[in-house]
Amino acid sequence: MTNFWNSFGIILYATLIYSTPLLYAALGSCFSEVSGVVNIGIEGMMTAGAFTGTVVAYFTGNPWIGFLCGGLAGAFFGMLHAIATVNLGADQTIAGTAINMLGPGIVIMIAKVLFNSTDTIPLTASQKIPKLFSGVFDTTTVFGRFMDNVVANYASTYLVFLAVIVVWFVFYKTRFGLRLRACGEHPQACETLGINVIAMRFACVCISGFLAGLGGACVTMTVSTQFRPISIVGQGFIAIAAVIFGKFRPHGALIGCLLFGFCSGLKVVLGGSSGVNMHLISMIPYVVTVIVLVLFVGKSRVPAANGKPYIKAK
Amino acid sequence: MTKKKGFLDFVSESTFIHILLSIILGFLVGAAFLAVMGLSVGAAYGRLLNSVTSLKGFSYVVVYSVPYIVAGLSVAFSFKTGVFNIGAEGQFVVGSMAAAVVGILCGSLPKPLLIPLCFLAAMAAGALWGIIVGFLKTKWGINEVLSMIMFNWIAFYLSNFIAGIPAIKSEGSAEATKNISSNASMLFSKDFIKSVGLCPTANWGILVAILVMLLVWFIIEKTTLGYELKAVGYNKFAAEYGGINVNRSILTALAISGALGGLAGALQLMGMGSRISIFSSQEGFGFAGIVVALIGVSNPFGVFIAGLFYGALMYGGSKLNLVGAPTQLINVIVGTVVFFIAISVIFRRLKFLKKAPKAPPKPPVSADKKEVQGT
Repeated sequence: MTNFWNSFGIILYATLIYSTPLLYAALGSCFSEVSGVVNIGIEGMMTAGAFTGTVVAYFTGNPWIGFLCGGLAGAFFGMLHAIATVNLGADQTIAGTAINMLGPGIVIMIAKVLFNSTDTIPLTASQKIPKLFSGVFDTTTVFGRFMDNVVANYASTYLVFLAVIVVWFVFYKTRFGLRLRACGEHPQACETLGINVIAMRFACVCISGFLAGLGGACVTMTVSTQFRPISIVGQGFIAIAAVIFGKFRPHGALIGCLLFGFCSGLKVVLGGSSGVNMHLISMIPYVVTVIVLVLFVGKSRVPAANGKPYIKAK
Repeated sequence: MTKKKGFLDFVSESTFIHILLSIILGFLVGAAFLAVMGLSVGAAYGRLLNSVTSLKGFSYVVVYSVPYIVAGLSVAFSFKTGVFNIGAEGQFVVGSMAAAVVGILCGSLPKPLLIPLCFLAAMAAGALWGIIVGFLKTKWGINEVLSMIMFNWIAFYLSNFIAGIPAIKSEGSAEATKNISSNASMLFSKDFIKSVGLCPTANWGILVAILVMLLVWFIIEKTTLGYELKAVGYNKFAAEYGGINVNRSILTALAISGALGGLAGALQLMGMGSRISIFSSQEGFGFAGIVVALIGVSNPFGVFIAGLFYGALMYGGSKLNLVGAPTQLINVIVGTVVFFIAISVIFRRLKFLKKAPKAPPKPPVSADKKEVQGT
C-alpha cells in the first residue's frame, strides 16, 4: 500500500509538471485559433519564452520578472505572426512555420553571444520559480509523502489552473469572449456589427504568444534550470494537439493536457520499475491520445473562419 | 486593356521574383544579425559561398539536398491535395527504419534487387503511416494535424525501439543500428569518387530525386488521379458533387504523400547515413520538407531548386563556425525567407509606387459587389 501511494503521488506530481507548460501554451493556442488564426508558431514562441525567462531571471535574480519577460518574448513573436497573418493577410501556416524557425534561431544566436554557448547558465534555487507548500507536510508518513508530492508544487502550476478558469470566464462570460468567438466563426458578420475584427484578432494572437512564452519559461524555470536548444522539443505541437483534442475550448484543452501529462507520469513510474522497453513506454502518451480520440472524443469542429485571412471591406 | 508591362508590374506579379526578393531579404536580415554580433558579414557569407561552390562542396550540397527535396515533394504533394502533411517527419523516420531493416537483414541479396526492395519497404512504411492518419480522419473524423503530430512521435520511439533489437543493433557500443549491407548502399564507387574529387558520400540519390520530381509533376498535372486529388483539395464539397469519392481521394493523397516521405528517409539512409542512431529528439527532416515545399511554392520543379538551396544552406551553415559565426544563423536566414514568402503580398503592393495614371479608367460597375468578401 505504501508503495502504491508513493507511486501514485509521483504520477500525479509528474502529471502536473508535464501538463503545466502544455497548458499555458494550449490556452494561448485557444485564443489564436478561436479568433480565427491558425498558430503553429506556438513551438517557436515557447522557445523564445523559455530562453528569455531563464536569461532575465539569471541577470535580475528575480524569477517573476524572468517569467513575465518570457511571456513578453513570446508575445513579440506573436506580434510578428499577427502582423503577417492579420494585417497582411499572409498564409497562416507559412507564417507559423517561419516563426518556428526564427524563434529558436534568434534566441540561440543570442545565447551564443551572451554565454558563448548554446546553453544558458543554470539558475540557482532562488532564481527558479518557487515551490509552494514545500516542507509543510511531514514526509515521514505515507500520507505526508503523498501530499508533499502532489500539493507542494511550483507556483506556476497553481497559476496555470487559475488561468484556465480566467480564460474560461473570458471566453464564455464576457463581451470580449463572445466577440472573440464570433470573429473565428463569421468575421464579416462581426464587422457589420461594428466589431473591429482586425484589432480583435491582432490582440488574440499576441495574447497567444504571451501565454506560449509563459509556457516555455515554465519548462526552463522549474524542473530544468537552464535553457538548452532541446528544451522545447515538440511541446508546442502537443499543446496544439491538446487544443484540437479539447475541441477548441479552454476546459477541453485542460483535459487534453492533463491526459497527456498523466500518461507521461505513468511513463516515468513504469520506466523505472517494469522490465518493458523504455522506448515503447515513451510511446504511451501518444498512443493513448489517439485511442481516447477514437473512443471518446471523436470529431473536433474547427472554428468556421479558422485559417482564412480576413480582408476588410473598404 | 493592352498595357505594356513595366518593371514594377513584373516585380509585383511574378512569384519567382517574390521568392528571390524574400531570399535577398533573408540574407540582409542575417547580415544585420551578424553586424550586431560584431562579426564580419563578408567573412561569414564568403565562407558560406566558398564552401558550396567548389566541386567537392557542391557534391556535398547535392548529397545533403536529396532527402530535403523528396521530403519537400511529399509535403508539396499534400499541399496540392488540400492536406497539410505535418506528418512527413514520422513518415521519414519509419521509411528510413524500414529500409534499414531490409538493408541489414537481407544484406546478401544482390544490389539490383536489394536497393529497389529497400525503397519499396520504405515507401510501404511511409504510406502506411499516411493511411493510418487518413483512416482516422475519414472513418472517425479525427483531425489529421493532431494525429500526424502523435504519429510523428510514435514513429520516433518505434524507430528507437527497433534500433535496439539485437538482430538490428550494432554489435559495438554505439547506440545505433548496424551498417546497412554494402549491397543496399547507393554510394558511387570509391575509385570514381576519388578520381573526380567528389565528397565521400556522393551517391545516386539525386537521380532518384529527379525521377520523383518528374513523377509528382506528372501525377498532379497529367493524370485523372491528380485532377481528382486537386479537386478535392480545392473544394471537397464541389468535388463530391462532381462524383469524386472524397474519402478515397484523401486516403490516396495521404498514401502517396506518405510513401514519398518514407522514400526520403530511405534515400538519406542509403545515401549518406548508412545506419540509424538512437536519437534523443526528432531530427527534423520532415519539418525541413515543409519549409522546402513552402519556398518551392509546392511546384515540383520549384521544390527541387528549393531543396538544393536548403541543402546548400545546411551544408554551408555547418562550416560557419570556422569563422566564428553561429550555425543558427542559417535558421534565422531561412526563417526570414519563409516569413517574407508568407507576406509576399507586400511585394504585390509595390505596384502602388508607380505614379497614378492621368485618367484612371472608370471602375467596372460590378466592383462594389466584389468588395464585400472576407475570405
